[in-house]
Amino acid sequence: MAEETTIQLDIFRYHPEKDEQPYFQSYDVPYKEDWVVLDAINWIKDNVDGSLSYRWSCRMGVCGSCGMMVNGEPKLTCAAFLKDYYPKAIRVEPLENFTVERDLVITMDDFMAKLESVKPYIVRDDVDDTSGGEYEQTPAQLAQYKQYSMCINCMLCYSACPVVGHDPEFVGPAALALGHRYNKDSRDQDTGERMEKMMEHEAVWGCTFVGECTEVCPKHVDPAGAIQQAKAAAAQYYFKKLIMPKGAGR
Amino acid sequence: MAEPLVHDVLIVGGGGAGLRAAIAIAQQDAKLSVAMVSKVYPMRSHTVAAEGGAAAVIKPNDSLEDHIYDTISGSDWLADQDAVDLFVHEAPAEMIQLEHWGCPWSRDPDGSVAVRPFGGMKNERTWFAADKTGFHMLHSLFQTTLKYNNITRYDEHFATRLLVDDGRCCGCTAIELRTGQVRTVLGKSVIICTGGAGKVFPFTTNGAIKTGDGMAMAYHAGVGLKDMEFVQYHPTGLPGTGILITEASRGEGGILVNKHGDRYLRDYDLGEPLDVTDPKHPQNRTMELGPRDKLSQCFIYEMQKGNTIETRYGHTVSLDLRHLGEEKIDKKIPFVRELATNYAGVDPVHELIPVRPVLHYMMGGIDTDVEGATSIAGLFAAGECACVSLNGANRLGSNSLTELLVFGARAGKGAAQFALEHDQINIAALEAQAKDEQQRISRDYINKSGGTQRIVGIRNAMHETMETNAGIFREETSLKLACDTLSELGERFQDVALDDHTLSFNTELTAALELGYMLDVAQTLVHAALARCESRGSHQRTDYAHRDDEKFLKHSLAYFEPGSPSVPRIDYKPVTITKWPPAKRTYGADSGFKAKAEPEKTK
Repeated sequence: MAEETTIQLDIFRYHPEKDEQPYFQSYDVPYKEDWVVLDAINWIKDNVDGSLSYRWSCRMGVCGSCGMMVNGEPKLTCAAFLKDYYPKAIRVEPLENFTVERDLVITMDDFMAKLESVKPYIVRDDVDDTSGGEYEQTPAQLAQYKQYSMCINCMLCYSACPVVGHDPEFVGPAALALGHRYNKDSRDQDTGERMEKMMEHEAVWGCTFVGECTEVCPKHVDPAGAIQQAKAAAAQYYFKKLIMPKGAGR
Repeated sequence: MAEPLVHDVLIVGGGGAGLRAAIAIAQQDAKLSVAMVSKVYPMRSHTVAAEGGAAAVIKPNDSLEDHIYDTISGSDWLADQDAVDLFVHEAPAEMIQLEHWGCPWSRDPDGSVAVRPFGGMKNERTWFAADKTGFHMLHSLFQTTLKYNNITRYDEHFATRLLVDDGRCCGCTAIELRTGQVRTVLGKSVIICTGGAGKVFPFTTNGAIKTGDGMAMAYHAGVGLKDMEFVQYHPTGLPGTGILITEASRGEGGILVNKHGDRYLRDYDLGEPLDVTDPKHPQNRTMELGPRDKLSQCFIYEMQKGNTIETRYGHTVSLDLRHLGEEKIDKKIPFVRELATNYAGVDPVHELIPVRPVLHYMMGGIDTDVEGATSIAGLFAAGECACVSLNGANRLGSNSLTELLVFGARAGKGAAQFALEHDQINIAALEAQAKDEQQRISRDYINKSGGTQRIVGIRNAMHETMETNAGIFREETSLKLACDTLSELGERFQDVALDDHTLSFNTELTAALELGYMLDVAQTLVHAALARCESRGSHQRTDYAHRDDEKFLKHSLAYFEPGSPSVPRIDYKPVTITKWPPAKRTYGADSGFKAKAEPEKTK
């Protein structure tokens, strides 16, 4: 039998209880054409080193858990195939622009707070009253926001965004796109609180339209486009507010 | 130990059912403090992976009566009919509520919610958000919880044990993953919403987190696990990965063919196929729109006849969507195209998708009543981890997402009421139990020296025996073998060794605890399957080929026995039959609708 083909993974290791500095550890993993990087990492954990820590679940690109830097690019590791890197070694690191809990696990607290800050839910007085049946929404109205509702919160865009990199206060692409998603939803009747939040200094205005977020988004959400639209809407809102301070809502 | 975290209602699990329960409590009384303990951030929960849709009667051509009959006949008469009845009645309002909370349901041109057909349904009643319905439902629910100040989340806290004092459940212990500390989270009532346990099988659509944690915790606390022998194979998974190709692909007109290109389902009492160009194709409750249990069984028959295609990941048949055309595929089932292209290397617009049955769902679970209450005071359960029973011996596709809403909300209301009526808890006694649990985890895992067994060895052996002996078809010899193997694995598990003896984000520790949960769940499954000497729905015994209502029109209950931890005690309780007496389960032209409801009479 021919010797098993292998591929090398160089994995970022850091344990807050033991390590002063992060370091890289190399592993030889069986090379299989249909394996993704996550399969290789799982193989390491099962068979070689149970102490390697990372997040994963669905393995089909929808739970958003397994984002990592793969050879310097933010990727869902369940959708990054070994065959696209073989025979070269693959370097796996935690997502950039985040603090590291341990190994490949990043800290999510900051994003969770930013998501909450944009009021990502329908605001409307009769929202809990189902007696009148569904709110009507035509396919065209749905299309206004549908793309922005596809965000899986995988954090690849935060990792790619240079503004997030140098300004930790920036609300960031995913949360702004989700705020915009609700502003564009015909069912929403928020009169401006969400918009005010999105207009604050570090929110939509923080974006310098580099567009890296849209490049790396695995679900084609186009956060950069959402933020540009949101800036236009925010400017309009601001002028309306100057003219009619009490009726700035739509 | 750190101070206990004290709330009014504790929810364990942050998927669809848990989030819906949390909102129900927050709405009911803004003064009630809700704790949500979840081993992942809620938006990672496996509800996220559901694709095709959620059932509720909304269109004028449909009726509540039909939804009830579809569900009961789909369950092979093992569902409790009172539960089905109220589920069907409450489903539309719950779905409208989720619509109000922002779920981006696909729409008809007039702006009303669109529906599509699903397997085993007389009329189209599946609401959908393209083919990412679970994803949109989960994110809509999660984002909606963010507006309530009285919901406190403990994200990435891994629950290990329920705390039961004086016959009443008042909390759990949970490992805070970031620090590795065992925390005590207390509530005046507790709801388990931890989902299924598909990971006891090797080939499954389920995510890594679906390890039966809540089922096992309730089992150890003394609650019966009901109907665990009934597991659902979805007929169309991708070989190798087990990634789901949604039933919506057949609801939109996709067909199944064997290696000769034949629509083989015609040979198995599922009706006559119409040509794909016929405007009446696909026909409801017919051929490709038969129920999941039967379609998965047909695959095995075809394999036995030599009509399947052999691949390196086992046998397959083909799902043909080509006649739908690119526009329809991209509009209605774009995720199917993405998944097939990325993970099977085929573009369904031009090519056949290789598929085979894949383990998808547990009909069984924690025994609850229609309010979500269990046999332990203050302990509730909802969602896939629970068994009301709505799904009986076979769940209808698209009932489970709606079940999360209806029974999540009911359990939330029930638990809120219980908490209001039972204000006092014995914190000192609960803390003492938590301390014991902390010491157990430390002794048996973190500070354990020695041990020779790797997690992966035991897990692989469990997978092998479940796949070989407890799959789509079962019989006495194989099930006995599985029972024995799982007992041995239970002993080997006592000797498990970890590489990682640290605290922060120790995912090897959680993998070991999950393996323990899975062994418990697997044991209840095979013992209940061995005891059920009949074939009903998804439980097919080659040595007992027929349904036996005389002996087995009843729910099984598996109880933990401390004296024999690997061998549960199996008991039974009656099925609630109200208006729909057991009948022959038929699909195709004769779908049994002639002989449906009888005049009101009790069981």
